[in-house]
Amino acid sequence: MSLLDRVRALLGDDAVDVAPTSDGVPRVAPASPDAVALLLGTAREEGWRVRIEGAGTWLPADAPADLALTTRRLDKVPAIEPQDLSATAEAGIGCDLLRQQLADRGTWLAVDPPGLASRTLGSVVATATAGPLRQGFGPVRDHLLGVTFVTGDGRLVQSGGRVMKNVAGYDLTKLEAGGFGAFGVIVLVHLRLRALPRADQTLVLEGSRDDLAQVSDDIAAAGIQPAAHELLSPALARRERWTLAVRFAGSAALVSAEETGLRGATGGRCTALRADEAHALWMHAAESFAARPVAFRIGGLPESSDELLDLLQHQVGDEWISASPAIGAIRWGGETTADRLRRLRRTLAGLEVPLTLERAPWPVRAAVGHFGAYREGVGPLVAGLRRTFDPGEAFVVAVEGTE
Amino acid sequence: MTGASLVAALAEIVGARHVRTALPERVTYARDGLPTHRHVPGVVVLPGSRDEVVAVVRLLAALGVPFVPRGAGTGLSGGALADGDAVLVVLTRLNRILKIDPANRLAVVEPGVVNVRLSAAAAPHGLYYSPDPSSQTACTIGGNVAENAGGPHCLKYGVTATHVLGLEVVLADGQVVELGSPGGEAWGPDLVGLFVGSEGNFGIATRISVRLLPVPRAIRTLLADFTALRTAGEAVSAVIASGIVPAALEMMDQSCIRAVEDSVYAAGYPRDAAAVLLVELDGGREEAVAADAETIDGILRAHGARSVLTAADAKQRERLWQGRKKAFGAMGRLSRDLVVQDAVVPRSALPDVLEAIGRIAATYGLTVSNVFHAGDGNLHPNISFDGRVPGLKARVDQASGEIMAVCIAAGGTITGEHGIGLDKLRYMPLIFDGDALAAMRAVRRVFDPDERVNPGKVIPIHACREWSGIGTRNAEGGRRNGIASPSSAFPVPTSAWAP
Repeated sequence: MSLLDRVRALLGDDAVDVAPTSDGVPRVAPASPDAVALLLGTAREEGWRVRIEGAGTWLPADAPADLALTTRRLDKVPAIEPQDLSATAEAGIGCDLLRQQLADRGTWLAVDPPGLASRTLGSVVATATAGPLRQGFGPVRDHLLGVTFVTGDGRLVQSGGRVMKNVAGYDLTKLEAGGFGAFGVIVLVHLRLRALPRADQTLVLEGSRDDLAQVSDDIAAAGIQPAAHELLSPALARRERWTLAVRFAGSAALVSAEETGLRGATGGRCTALRADEAHALWMHAAESFAARPVAFRIGGLPESSDELLDLLQHQVGDEWISASPAIGAIRWGGETTADRLRRLRRTLAGLEVPLTLERAPWPVRAAVGHFGAYREGVGPLVAGLRRTFDPGEAFVVAVEGTE
Repeated sequence: MTGASLVAALAEIVGARHVRTALPERVTYARDGLPTHRHVPGVVVLPGSRDEVVAVVRLLAALGVPFVPRGAGTGLSGGALADGDAVLVVLTRLNRILKIDPANRLAVVEPGVVNVRLSAAAAPHGLYYSPDPSSQTACTIGGNVAENAGGPHCLKYGVTATHVLGLEVVLADGQVVELGSPGGEAWGPDLVGLFVGSEGNFGIATRISVRLLPVPRAIRTLLADFTALRTAGEAVSAVIASGIVPAALEMMDQSCIRAVEDSVYAAGYPRDAAAVLLVELDGGREEAVAADAETIDGILRAHGARSVLTAADAKQRERLWQGRKKAFGAMGRLSRDLVVQDAVVPRSALPDVLEAIGRIAATYGLTVSNVFHAGDGNLHPNISFDGRVPGLKARVDQASGEIMAVCIAAGGTITGEHGIGLDKLRYMPLIFDGDALAAMRAVRRVFDPDERVNPGKVIPIHACREWSGIGTRNAEGGRRNGIASPSSAFPVPTSAWAP
């Protein structure tokens, strides 16, 4: 019996995606968490190598595997609770569809990941790709109340819960968020929401990178607390020069007061964008990263932002950069080689700055790894965790790379 | 190695005066902040540096001796208690603030630093450490990390896990690993996030890098009083739904109010109120905070508040908060014993759950006082009782179980900030199935293959399903949650003295 016949017998004809993958790997789209568990249990027994896909818009669907497991049919939103500001969504729902459903109920997920708007929720969680709103609302993990995931041998594991605080047992949700699928396939996500902000205002100012770095310092010194405070390269902002984009979201009183403060701190140099202009700016910045073959993030100290930007400019160029100078987070997009990435990662490691490869073609991912080499003593822990959650090494994930 | 030579070996590392073997000394460590569990440790050792911790842990690893890390012992789950055959490793001597970096808004501390000390040290730079458990004047940052501690102001700023950037950890075998990075980006999978809240099962954090926040430039503290508990609960949902996120949103019921007002911590709460809400708003802009406070004032009144008082000055604000933070202490007036509960429910379920708790209290003839983080739905129903009364403790246990069942049925969980420890072990199978529990146990064994660090806590082993690498289902039995004593030549040196 062929692999696909076996899958059809297990999950029904509907589970097999008729659209062929570009590399000819059969694609299976289970329609429920239980079906994912059944499939992976069988994969373990049969020794199938499985790559995990969402909508296929962020991480390229090119890892060598016996089958591709896509979460795209796991697209239900079982619960949105506006009074509790929580929601439960399946991992394959597109972020754009989820966002709309949440907005219809007056709620908001304060995460603005890079990539296309149709990226799946599971992709965002598995790669922990936060966007500029990380400044005001925290990284992806801060928006998660719990996840349900399926291990490489087909066990369905629930972690966390649906309430705002929860310290019952170990926090496996933290392991899944940003684990790049190495520790399981995320199938269900419990989310912490916010009320839709009553006011949402973006202001921008242009200048040289050095000039805007100084302005950034002034903003921080003035005690201004933006939702996003992002330094965008000219290409990313589609402007002549570097752009500092500052976003406020919250009550009308808060946004108004912060905007006044910002104007004071910048000497009135900033320009308020209309809602459609702001939307276009942030969307373009996010989507641009999906149009470049490679994207990575680095996390340094706020004080070292300038130095890190110089380093990037020197080693890989600075055409597509989005940086949050107040928290030291930088995302880079563009075209580069595995060797350059390795070199850059080594240099950054010397500065105590991790580089996480977010997207790249398989040969680059396989060579460099999402995480690269670990610090002393950490490798055995990660290896142990991988054995725990994927004992048969079913998942094709380039976690460490080949170095 | 004999017990006496183990003690000598420990003394060689830390100095004889930092090894406690006499019963009166060990009894000091027999409880944590929860008076209902008592375990006298076999030996107590107090290392004074990271290197001493490493040496102690390596010695215990070589001998296969279980050990329990402990901070100030203010925990509320029996999580830092050691049996007679385990060594209690007390970390309060590692109490140095190693670095405060104002430019990058971070601090590096040893685990024994008392929570409130860090904020005091950061204050000259206009910064503070946000997590503020009620025990913050005594509890340590290391303990906060182990328990993923919360506090009133976690509603806006997040619990401990939100603020920990990096950790230096001594694993069960004495190996030292660094997790996280100074900027907070994970170096690989988020092992910092996994470690925080692991209740000491994954090792000992010897250095902790935390994020500091700017001290808010504007603060408004409101006290709203209600004539019905349900109305107060409904007002909480209304505040949350407004889109304004208060820094804190706390509730106290009448029993708690009266206990506080009868104590030295009297805060001026109206004694005839069925409940009060303490709401705090803060931020960087005076005008924004003032406007938001006015909006919240209106919401509270529209949802049944009999009155809303805004603290006139810092002194009144401090008084209002002192009543809340010392409420647990004030409850000591009600009876000689207290069971402090901790559960979380969806915020919208608060009115129903509070009424159900009231019914359970009436059924069992018990005094239950509620003081809790309403904005998070994090309940603390506290049962006052006299443990000397025959049969009363059994009623308290039954009532506690029913309260937990009500919270779980409402979609909640069994602990929001106190942890599982020993106290909540029996409830774990109510919220996690055998696979989830086995997965947690398997993760624990990655960090501590022999399950020697803080044995018997967090995971009810008997309820775990089989898991690759762990072996077959465990039968309940033995002294420590079904874990057979690790093979060790360590005889309890003080067993003859044990009570």
